[in-house]
Amino acid sequence: METHNHQAAEHHHHEEHHELPFIRKYVFSMDHKIISKQFLFTAMFMAFAAAIMSMLFRLQLGWQGHPFGIIHYLLGDKWGSYNGKAGVMDPNIYLGLVTIHGTIMVFFLLTGGLSGTFANLLIPLQVGARDMASPFLNMLSYWFFLVSSLIMFISLFVQTGPASAGWTIYPPLSALPQAMDGSKLGMTLWLISIALFIVSSLLGGLNYIVTVINLRTKGMKMTRLPLTIWALLITAILGVLSFPVLFGAAILLIFDRTFDTSFFLSDIFIGGQALSQTGGSPILFEHLFWFLGHPEVYIVIMPAFGIMSEIISISARKPIFGYRAMIGSMLSIAFLAFIVWGHHMFVSGMNPFLGSVFVFTTLLIAIPSAVKAFNYITTLWKGTIHFNPQVLFVIGAVSTFISGGLTGIILADSALDVSVHGTYFVVAHFHIVMGLSAVLAMFGGVYHWFPKMFGRLMNKKLGYWHFWLTFICAYGVFLPMHFLGLAGVPRRYYTNEFFPVFEKLQSINQIVTVFAIIGVLSQIIFFVNFFYSMRKGQVAEQNPWHANTLEWTTKLVPGHGNWEGPLPVVHRWAYDYSKPGKEQDYVPQTVPIEPGELDEGAHA
Amino acid sequence: MITFLSYLAVVLALVLVFQLMNVYQLASELKGENTGLANDRDNHSQGIGMLLFVAGFFIFLISLIFIYKDKMLPEAASDVGREADHLMNFNWVIIFIVFFITEAMLFYFANKYKKSKTNAKAFYFPHQDKLELIWTVVPSIVLAVIIIYGLSLWGKMTGKPDKDSIIVQIYAKQFDFTARYAGQDNVLGKTDYKLIDDATNPLGLDTTDSKGWDDIIVKGELHVPVNHPVDFKCNSRDVMHGMYMPYFREQINCAPGLTTDMHFIPTITTAQMRQMVHDTTFDYMLLCNRVCGAGHYNMQMKIVVDSPEQFNEWLAKQKTFRSGIAAK
Repeated sequence: METHNHQAAEHHHHEEHHELPFIRKYVFSMDHKIISKQFLFTAMFMAFAAAIMSMLFRLQLGWQGHPFGIIHYLLGDKWGSYNGKAGVMDPNIYLGLVTIHGTIMVFFLLTGGLSGTFANLLIPLQVGARDMASPFLNMLSYWFFLVSSLIMFISLFVQTGPASAGWTIYPPLSALPQAMDGSKLGMTLWLISIALFIVSSLLGGLNYIVTVINLRTKGMKMTRLPLTIWALLITAILGVLSFPVLFGAAILLIFDRTFDTSFFLSDIFIGGQALSQTGGSPILFEHLFWFLGHPEVYIVIMPAFGIMSEIISISARKPIFGYRAMIGSMLSIAFLAFIVWGHHMFVSGMNPFLGSVFVFTTLLIAIPSAVKAFNYITTLWKGTIHFNPQVLFVIGAVSTFISGGLTGIILADSALDVSVHGTYFVVAHFHIVMGLSAVLAMFGGVYHWFPKMFGRLMNKKLGYWHFWLTFICAYGVFLPMHFLGLAGVPRRYYTNEFFPVFEKLQSINQIVTVFAIIGVLSQIIFFVNFFYSMRKGQVAEQNPWHANTLEWTTKLVPGHGNWEGPLPVVHRWAYDYSKPGKEQDYVPQTVPIEPGELDEGAHA
Repeated sequence: MITFLSYLAVVLALVLVFQLMNVYQLASELKGENTGLANDRDNHSQGIGMLLFVAGFFIFLISLIFIYKDKMLPEAASDVGREADHLMNFNWVIIFIVFFITEAMLFYFANKYKKSKTNAKAFYFPHQDKLELIWTVVPSIVLAVIIIYGLSLWGKMTGKPDKDSIIVQIYAKQFDFTARYAGQDNVLGKTDYKLIDDATNPLGLDTTDSKGWDDIIVKGELHVPVNHPVDFKCNSRDVMHGMYMPYFREQINCAPGLTTDMHFIPTITTAQMRQMVHDTTFDYMLLCNRVCGAGHYNMQMKIVVDSPEQFNEWLAKQKTFRSGIAAK
């Protein structure tokens, strides 16, 4: 079967040598490398918009009720003025901004953007395939993603404002247009956008799984796969198994909104009127939402794990410590991911015994997570770390994964969760453990594989500036935020002025806002570096980081079909760095095992 | 015109940045410098950066703790809250130990093992079963302790409420809370959302159910007696609301169509707490902690923990549902 595939792929390859017209090559492209860039650019645009949103609501939170020209300029007269004060945002748009910020960052940047970019770029190149199993579905996956991004973006501009019920869109608030403006057209667009997003994610995910399982080149056993591929494979499996449940929830919510069904609604009196729906349960929605919602955070962090493993190992010039333990821990995290969703619902009123079960399963996740963290640290131990910008980002990601993961112990404990649930403690926790770790790893990935995408290196000095400003500001924003939560300040409050006890904590909000603004502005350095280096950066050698994986055996910027000659054959695992008895400190996967040489991958 | 000029300024600034980059890049190339790959000088400076960072990071955290420790929530004012605080402190001890050790190791190793002339060869160390076993087993034991401790408290929090608890319904709507005391019989009368009438019957009480006649409906202030178990039955009329009582370390959602339950024993009166926090205006509060619409940020209710005498005195002054209807 395997050889048959190879012959078919090669045959295909030779036929396709003629140049494709521009529109098929760069726009409706079926080449995984172009699709990867399309995902990256779209996600960068969406993330830029979401970062601006966070700056705006941070201004409001830092100086509550103080007018700012930029708020009036960007939000206009309708949303950018309140109580006759121009420059103060309306409470409705405040909720709209936090909702869309969360939605974009979780789904469009860290799911679509992160998996879309790196799964597309790396899976065929690192398993040794000419392209994805189905290039056509892959193209569709991107176009669904783009349409879904556009709908989400457009929803910002409708008259009644974007969806505003928080990114978790709990009904009845999200189901009842009478409840708030944000539950009108904006909510409909949100649901449509997410439904399309799920289609995109499924098309992509199925493709990734099939490609990794079927199109590995000769000698590429599962136990020789780089950890990036393991991570992306597990991510795709998580997505395929959990996203359909959110799709179901979104469809049922559309029914409740449009056809007066009562899946999630019961006994409601609103707007001076008793609604006819009875018998539904809002808790049912929470179950459906978090059945995706929890695996989702691992869909976000898993590709980051893969990128972190790869970059740490290459930069330290050491094999990743405990390769099999890394795979095992990812598999157990993925399995546990499906049986912990209830820890988001300790205050929902569900059966307390069920709560106990979720406490148990949730805290179990700390074990494989601890294994990962210690393995990263041990990989650095006695290495020779080459401080290219990407390893800084990855060390940063390990740090945030540890500090954010530790506060998770408190939130997983139901008896403690009830005192900080829904406060800034939670906001700080998940931004650090999943937001920062994934974003930092994604930056690391961009610096590392930039030469593969554009044939040039990013400027290291700007990379250093970008890292330090980003990293310091990231902790500057989220470390103080824990204290707000421990003092009982709820999230999603437009202002704290009605709670005199919270006033004495206002200085925390100001520290956070200042760091947030500097942090967002520092991303300009990244954008300048990215677009400048794309055209004019220093030209890279074929294997600039002296890495072992297959993507560096192609031409620096591979053409259609990836390898010009026959597909490479793999003889060893991906982590033979600084192996004793070797002349160089790396041994590419294509180099045969010498007689008498220990094949570490075979029993690691 | 000004708008146009400001756009122009942005465009020019971008051009300027790119030109500066060009000059810098060309200058580096002329000097024969590598602008993409780190050299030993970069390794050195970034390694030192790692050390400086971790020092600054710890100092920042510790100073935040010292600056804000008095502004955190005061001592818990309920029986379960007090135990939750013990559990919380226990967890914090473990978290801080692990946090300081692992973060210090991470950044220390990053600097110590930077590539340099003296550190040019890495140690080939792909795996070691013993080490991996240690950091699987040790966390498992620690977590087992945390789980057992946590679940025993959770069982207490969510177990059956005390039989002689005072029963209070908390009824949430956009954007306020109403309390209903069960009255003399300590049984709440039936309600039906279809009977809601904002002018006469905002909670939709069934007037034919005599158990509801002595119920006492209160807005604005929620009074509870100290050292007496209170059992809250929570509902919502419209969307989901959160009933968050940070001073008692308790929280539950209020949703339409179902009743949720929360109970505890308040242990510190408002008057005592005012002395403890040295603030004569201090009040306990209950706040909405589930986004519920544009007015979410100001959905709250004052809680007053009275001595038993004060509480009975206050309750006697409130109107029952029947007398309220009769007055109208």
